Amino acid sequence: MSLLLKNISLPLEHFTLKVDVAVRSRITAIFGPSGAGKTSLLDLIAGLRHAQSAFIQLDDRVLTDTAKGLSVPPHERGIGYVPQDLALFPHLSVRQNLLYGCKSNGTSNPLFAFEHVAEVLEIQPLISRGVTELSGGEKQRVALARALLASPRLLLLDEPLASLDAPLKAKIIPYLTRIRDEFRIPMLYVTHDRLEALALADEIVVLVNGRALQTGPVLDVFNRPASADVAKFVGMETLQPGNITEVNEGLATVKIRDVTLTALAPDTTAREVFVCIRGEDVTLEQATAPASSVRNRLTARVVALRTEGALVRVELDAGFPLFALITRPACTELALREGESITALVKAPAIHLVPR
Amino acid sequence: MITPLGLAIAWLLARRDWLGKSIVETLVSLPLVMPPVATGLILLKIFGRRGPIGGFLHDQLNVDVIFTWRAVLLALGVMSLPLLVRSARVAFEEVNPRFEQIARTLGAGNWRVFFTITVPLAARGILAGMILAFARALGEFGATIMIAGNIPGKTSTLSLAIFQDVQLGDDSHAFRLLGVSVVLAFTAVWFSEFLLRRRKTK
Repeated sequence: MSLLLKNISLPLEHFTLKVDVAVRSRITAIFGPSGAGKTSLLDLIAGLRHAQSAFIQLDDRVLTDTAKGLSVPPHERGIGYVPQDLALFPHLSVRQNLLYGCKSNGTSNPLFAFEHVAEVLEIQPLISRGVTELSGGEKQRVALARALLASPRLLLLDEPLASLDAPLKAKIIPYLTRIRDEFRIPMLYVTHDRLEALALADEIVVLVNGRALQTGPVLDVFNRPASADVAKFVGMETLQPGNITEVNEGLATVKIRDVTLTALAPDTTAREVFVCIRGEDVTLEQATAPASSVRNRLTARVVALRTEGALVRVELDAGFPLFALITRPACTELALREGESITALVKAPAIHLVPR
Repeated sequence: MITPLGLAIAWLLARRDWLGKSIVETLVSLPLVMPPVATGLILLKIFGRRGPIGGFLHDQLNVDVIFTWRAVLLALGVMSLPLLVRSARVAFEEVNPRFEQIARTLGAGNWRVFFTITVPLAARGILAGMILAFARALGEFGATIMIAGNIPGKTSTLSLAIFQDVQLGDDSHAFRLLGVSVVLAFTAVWFSEFLLRRRKTK
């Protein structure tokens, strides 16, 4: 899949959405704070909104070219859209909602069979119900299925998990990965949650105030923000691929390269994970100190120090790159200097494991 | 009979911006405010044989409007249209455009979206408008008598006939017609309530 968004300009209330990106990966997260213009961007791609200027091409088909006055109407674009409020048609049953898209594309040969979609998303028991009788998570799955059944070539998902609480989110994510793996359909996934972006996306577009500040593989962007703005938003934390080697009494032993850490076991059975540690959660102390309740004691070398307001960002080499955020007085007291050895402490609950 | 035209105007007013929208808006609602007899007079001038439209119809198509059954339709249509348009417009405006947009991304063209999403979601308002319009048409008197006259068997409406009977002292016939109008009104209102109730429970 390749989606080309060139020369896009759309005046919004507080700023102008200006984007120029090419998207090639299977799942791309459009990542940004609320009000960054993410939904407007999806509307443009779906053809529901018209920009001042825009060139949008999906694979070899030009969908919008304002320079030539070309705009393919939304119903001929073949782009599925699951909006944040889902927009399940309240006057139709679940079945009628699901079949709405199959009917209109007129082909007897849909991309995905009804039974297959229903099975993957586990919606068979819901089919004869009314839309108002569904729970939040069920609605979500019906909306996803409805979009898939219209045989789209690209799926736009607008914060599909934002309205769900944490346990429900954890339940829906596997459905999304299943859609990704079973139907091999490219997706643009709008979110402001980095764990979601991490769990699902290959590439990420960081959108802040209508500008695409950085585009690239998720890990690259999170670990190496191109600018302070991106860093501020993605919250520059330690992010490393690791492997869970053992789970015991709710604690997981996870290995990053040669370093072994103890973390709370995640809900999934996945073994391959991203290890996420926030800078604030890393404590530094002099190399020799008595034992404490902290599970993870790492001997590290200070690589770089960078002052950020009242805080100092300390880049450490603990066998893998580790970042700590400490106050300036603490930095002075510890007499931190580049090249010196130090002990870094991380409590087990402060280590987040996200399946990759 | 005015439903397609009424819905078209209501939709254009609710969903589109166009030049002269406010003028059309005002014109459509004018018969609500003006005395019916005055509206009738205007129609008489426009559709009379020497009027701009009436003249054209008479000369080119050999169709006369005034003092025929067509005049009755015209008068009732013009007088009841504003009620339908106003309530259908509000109903259309209350339909969340997101539903229509998503229907389009599912591959539905404009007409399909209109008939499968917009109209069903606005059905209650449209229905209410149709009932109001019907009620208005049933009771319309002033405009009708101006341009259709009251030619028995040709352009006599229920209201006109009752008035005439009372004037002529034929009370028993007037009461019979009264009965007919009560039955008609009762059936219409009952049917609309029935439809509304069915939609609610669905």
